[in-house]
Amino acid sequence: MPAEHLYVHLPFCSSRCGYCDFVTVVGRAGEHARYVDAVLAELELERRLLAPRPATVYLGGGTPTLTEPAALERLLAGLPPADELTVEANPETVTPELAALLARNGVDRVSIGAQTFHRHLLDVLGRRAGPGDVRRAVHRLRDAGIDNISLDLLYGIPGQSPADLGRDLAEALALAPEHLSAYELEAKPGTRFTHAHGQELERQAERMECYFEQVVETLTQAGYRWYETASFARLGPRDLRARHNLGYWLGRDYLGLGVGAVSTIENRRWRNAPSLRGYLSALEAGRRPAREPEALPPDVRARERVMLGLRLDEPLPLRGLEQAVDGPELERLAALGLLERTPETLALTRRGRFLGGGVTAQLLSAGAASRSI
Amino acid sequence: MDQQHIRNFSIIAHIDHGKSTLADRILQLTETVSAREMRDQLLDSMDIERERGITIKAQAVRVQWKGHELNLIDTPGHVDFTYEVSRSLQACEGALLVVDAAQGIEAQTLANAYLAIENDLEIVPVVNKIDLPQADPEGAAAEVADLVGDDAARVLRISAKTGAGVEAVLDAIVERIPAPAGDPEAPPRALIFDSSYDQYRGVVAFVRVVDGVLHRREQLRAMALQTSFEAQEIGFMSPAMRPVQELSAGEVGYVVTGLKDVSELRVGDTLTAERRPAAEPLPGYKDVKPMVFAGLFPTDSDDYPELRDALEKLKLNDAALFYEPETSQALGFGFRCGFLGLLHMEIVRERLEREFDLDLLVTAPNVAYRVKPVNGEWVEVHTPADLPDAFDEVEEPYIKASIIVPKEFVGTVMELCNDRRGRFDHLEYLSPERVHLTYELPLGEIVLDYYDQLKSRTRGYASFDYDLAGFRPGNLARVDILVGGEPVDALSLIVHRDFAYDRGRQLVEKLREEIPRQMFDVAIQAAIGARVIARETVKARRKDVLAKCYGGDITRKRKLLEKQKAGKKRMKQVGGVEVPQEAFLAVLNLNEPAKR
Repeated sequence: MPAEHLYVHLPFCSSRCGYCDFVTVVGRAGEHARYVDAVLAELELERRLLAPRPATVYLGGGTPTLTEPAALERLLAGLPPADELTVEANPETVTPELAALLARNGVDRVSIGAQTFHRHLLDVLGRRAGPGDVRRAVHRLRDAGIDNISLDLLYGIPGQSPADLGRDLAEALALAPEHLSAYELEAKPGTRFTHAHGQELERQAERMECYFEQVVETLTQAGYRWYETASFARLGPRDLRARHNLGYWLGRDYLGLGVGAVSTIENRRWRNAPSLRGYLSALEAGRRPAREPEALPPDVRARERVMLGLRLDEPLPLRGLEQAVDGPELERLAALGLLERTPETLALTRRGRFLGGGVTAQLLSAGAASRSI
Repeated sequence: MDQQHIRNFSIIAHIDHGKSTLADRILQLTETVSAREMRDQLLDSMDIERERGITIKAQAVRVQWKGHELNLIDTPGHVDFTYEVSRSLQACEGALLVVDAAQGIEAQTLANAYLAIENDLEIVPVVNKIDLPQADPEGAAAEVADLVGDDAARVLRISAKTGAGVEAVLDAIVERIPAPAGDPEAPPRALIFDSSYDQYRGVVAFVRVVDGVLHRREQLRAMALQTSFEAQEIGFMSPAMRPVQELSAGEVGYVVTGLKDVSELRVGDTLTAERRPAAEPLPGYKDVKPMVFAGLFPTDSDDYPELRDALEKLKLNDAALFYEPETSQALGFGFRCGFLGLLHMEIVRERLEREFDLDLLVTAPNVAYRVKPVNGEWVEVHTPADLPDAFDEVEEPYIKASIIVPKEFVGTVMELCNDRRGRFDHLEYLSPERVHLTYELPLGEIVLDYYDQLKSRTRGYASFDYDLAGFRPGNLARVDILVGGEPVDALSLIVHRDFAYDRGRQLVEKLREEIPRQMFDVAIQAAIGARVIARETVKARRKDVLAKCYGGDITRKRKLLEKQKAGKKRMKQVGGVEVPQEAFLAVLNLNEPAKR
């Protein structure tokens, strides 16, 4: 069955944020057009893997909205129509012109990387936008007619206090976004960022559980549905959950285009090589880019299905996943009040959701990796 | 050779007082080895010995000096090896007592010198390192002469390093040490004072022939164990193995037995000939009993058979090592091992890890207890968890500790001994600066960190030795540790009732630090019987999620969870609680205050 979900990676950024671990490329405005051509060429090569009218298309980055406008418009026009078309945006890139460009090219959802509304914390992160840029971006998008806006927030930033996070949440809620994502800052060991903020990161790590509780508490009380570990959708007549991301969490197939993009189709997963030059030259020669393949036997996909499915607030149907779950552990976790099971489904309790990673690790049957140890 | 021209001797010295250097010099001077072959400290063949400067295994080397055959039987230098020293001494008629001219007599020298005197050995006192700038040969000579009841003028002054005076030592061996006096015509009797295992030739016994003659290719029998075998080869070490046709009364050498089973030949046994057996074995060596016990568990439970084989092999070369299978609910299958002391334990552990490539978890050591259960017979208990809940009486081993320190540390040493339930016995000035203290202490109070404490409180100046002083009644209790409501056998400890509350509280505090937060509250309790005396709680984690997980992250996140799961499997599960291995060693550091 062809994939219903298409991801397109646009790697360009104006500067690199210290904590970011995505494939990004700084500058090189002149290469945007070439890159868009390459992506469209890759789409042609893979089109048979994709549904003619996919359910969702998602442009992520990098900073997709930094892409040179003509190139971006050409890309949007070249992509297949979809029921949901999301673009990630950095607040400072959202000009009235960009908002109009997105709207007229069918973009119906924009995810804004706000991170925080505090100047000093944005500086720590190396973000270019100021607090006012987020508010302006939201207004401009709304003015252009885009009525599904998501804000990303980060917590655990060096220098952050629980009060800072409280104000961030209030600022975000004041903009009445349809959707919010709140992530803990994951500082990768060995990076310059981690090096620079080591001690403060340790202090922040001790506060993470309070931050997480604060986020869930505040947003659910403000009328948002905590539908995924880190995602919140405003309650109301419309289902405002991110349909594209739901595709991942429900274990659906997806096609990824662009440098470093990952695709998962049936029993195969592959990641395009992260080199921009290699990507461009391959596609300009009419070839597929270099890829890192990974076999996904059914038992691995089943375990991923459990891992991803338990991130959601809806019970996970167990049919076909019995082998992926460690029976005695399931009973133990249920007895501890972390899991609830019915004959057909499995769901985390509220307390279980706060411990979802640990619970899932316990629950999964021993995979190949752990068997070999 | 005619017994009149044989001399068998040992060297008694404190670590670093120059025993090995003297042995090397003797080998050189007697042209037993050429200068080219000379390798420093030839007698210490094991790595660990070299690194620690300790001789663990006794070996015998034959040298020729002015028409005499001298057999140097090497002895271990440390407190834990009193038994090995005693075996070596039994094979000798005399001993060199070597003392460092700068440091004087140390506690261990005292102990071994007394052992030699008890064995009626002729003692030849030697002061070594007279070439050192800080040497005080006269002071040291006076101390030694006083100890052995000899004239200070007869104390030899040498430098093993430069070779000065070593010839006089050899002459003194010939002149002062008596010749062996066995009966060459009697049925053969040879004392096994050491053994080693050769992969190809089986058990090799080191023997001192007391009576009669041992012949090559002769059928021999170990009298205690009734093991019979053919002497495949007989010979002596010089220092390499030199085969001969026979070894006769008074001589020291080796016998290649071909035995493959390590348990068939016991050190201390007497060899005799099948064709003409002796009526009585030689008086047996003192039967040493291990006093310090610890559980040895493979970190990976799959290594259990390897650990068993390794212990079997070590046991061959180490008569004092004791082991029996032990099953711990917390640590799985392993062995309860008995050691002569802490250093012995440390060496066995290192050899297991180094020579046999094993990853081991060693539980906190404890001592042997004798207990009389209610209406029962006295039994010996080697594991705290085995102490019954109810008993009429319990006894613990005591030691007589001998400590030599510079006088300014007397106060701090006495304080330490008093804290450890010590009873002051005696104080004596060896010189205006140095004090010899004796204390009676429960062995259980020194097995954990006493020696470290002694060293650190005296800035390394204290020297320490002890003798076992038998079992005495103790007001003792078993403190159990419960994790998540379940007792953890490997963490039980036996302590004096007066200390039970404190130790229990310290231990649960330590454990609270060591046990990671789980997905539920974990109670850690210390209890005597049904009475809980201390409690701490490891609060449940409130958050454990993977921050985000989109299309590009799934593989990595899945592997993360799989690793997490595998990591948990390596932790020991006690009542559903993951307990890291470090926690089982928490008791070792009880006297350090818990980080709060």
